[in-house]
Amino acid sequence: MLSWMAWTWPTAFVFIGIFSAIALMAVLEVRNPGGNERDGILGLTTTRGDRLFITLLGSAYIFLAWLGIFGTPLWVPLGIAILWGGFCFWKV
Amino acid sequence: MEKKTSNKAWFLVIPALIMVLIAAALPMAAVVNYSVQDVFAGDRFVWVGTRWFQEVLRSPDFQASLFRSLAFSAIVLCIEVPLGLFVATRMPDKGMMSNIYIVLMAIPLLTPWLVVGFVWKVLVDVDAGLLGATFAGLGLNYDLDNVFVAWATIVLMDVWHWTSLIALLCYAGLQSIPFAYYQAAEVDGASGWAVFRYIQIPKIKHVLLIAVLLRFMDSFMIYTEPFLLTRGGPAKSTTFLSLDLVQTASIQFDLGEAGAMSIIYFLIILLVCWSLFNIMMRRNG
Repeated sequence: MLSWMAWTWPTAFVFIGIFSAIALMAVLEVRNPGGNERDGILGLTTTRGDRLFITLLGSAYIFLAWLGIFGTPLWVPLGIAILWGGFCFWKV
Repeated sequence: MEKKTSNKAWFLVIPALIMVLIAAALPMAAVVNYSVQDVFAGDRFVWVGTRWFQEVLRSPDFQASLFRSLAFSAIVLCIEVPLGLFVATRMPDKGMMSNIYIVLMAIPLLTPWLVVGFVWKVLVDVDAGLLGATFAGLGLNYDLDNVFVAWATIVLMDVWHWTSLIALLCYAGLQSIPFAYYQAAEVDGASGWAVFRYIQIPKIKHVLLIAVLLRFMDSFMIYTEPFLLTRGGPAKSTTFLSLDLVQTASIQFDLGEAGAMSIIYFLIILLVCWSLFNIMMRRNG
């Protein structure tokens, strides 16, 4: 039924990762309501979900910028994206 | 007494979530899948990894289209937002005339994109169109093969089509401001500018934000009007991202490359909307 979507394992893992992160946010929200809201370093008031969104969006741009400038392999932007995620959840 | 909350209300959101899943998430996932594959005959897929992304990001054509789309959005927003605000503040508050103004301004909004493009194509025709014939009568050649004329026409067409949206949204926002604010400003001897700056703008900031976001997204995705009017010409000077994308997906049938372009397109819209939203919300407290 979903053959038109042309699924591949790598893209499936990306979506599983994103939806798992959203599910984790939902679980954390049920256990600790309020979204852990705070004023971050960017001058924004962010919740956990906002920080996840900024992490994912920033990571997409890190990968695109690397691809546009240097091309493959993508280990370095992967490392930068992980650091970016850590920074977002720590400071943003 | 502690207020009880129930998470059962979340079940009411499920139908909307299912709709979003079918209408947005599944097609988006398909586009992501296409972007990492080469598609032959529409149903044979070969894994190519990130090759399309590299090619698209390094393509001078794509970069030029992206620049044109961003420039177009910036130009129309710079014209439509102040003009829409100006019109909204000058509209009568109530009575028959306000209703007439609202109806008149709704007319361009009710006109389909296709019709707008066709009407303007006829309008600027040198032989049959009012604008084209007027210019010809003045000894000027209204030539859509001229880059400046082509751009000016598309910008003018968009301003005609969509300024009323901003005007009507702002007008609705202005109508919701209690009269007591104006009375207080009058007692304080506030100038017209002070009333606009410190009462009207803060009170309509959310409406204005929605208007700016809607106009950015729409103008960044403009397709039908330039397609009908100039077909992306002269010499690709009005080939915006959407025209480039449709050309790649539907005419060249490069679904993989089009998928990569779509994802980059989507990420740009997401980033600009998120940034605009945060900047405007932060600036206005």
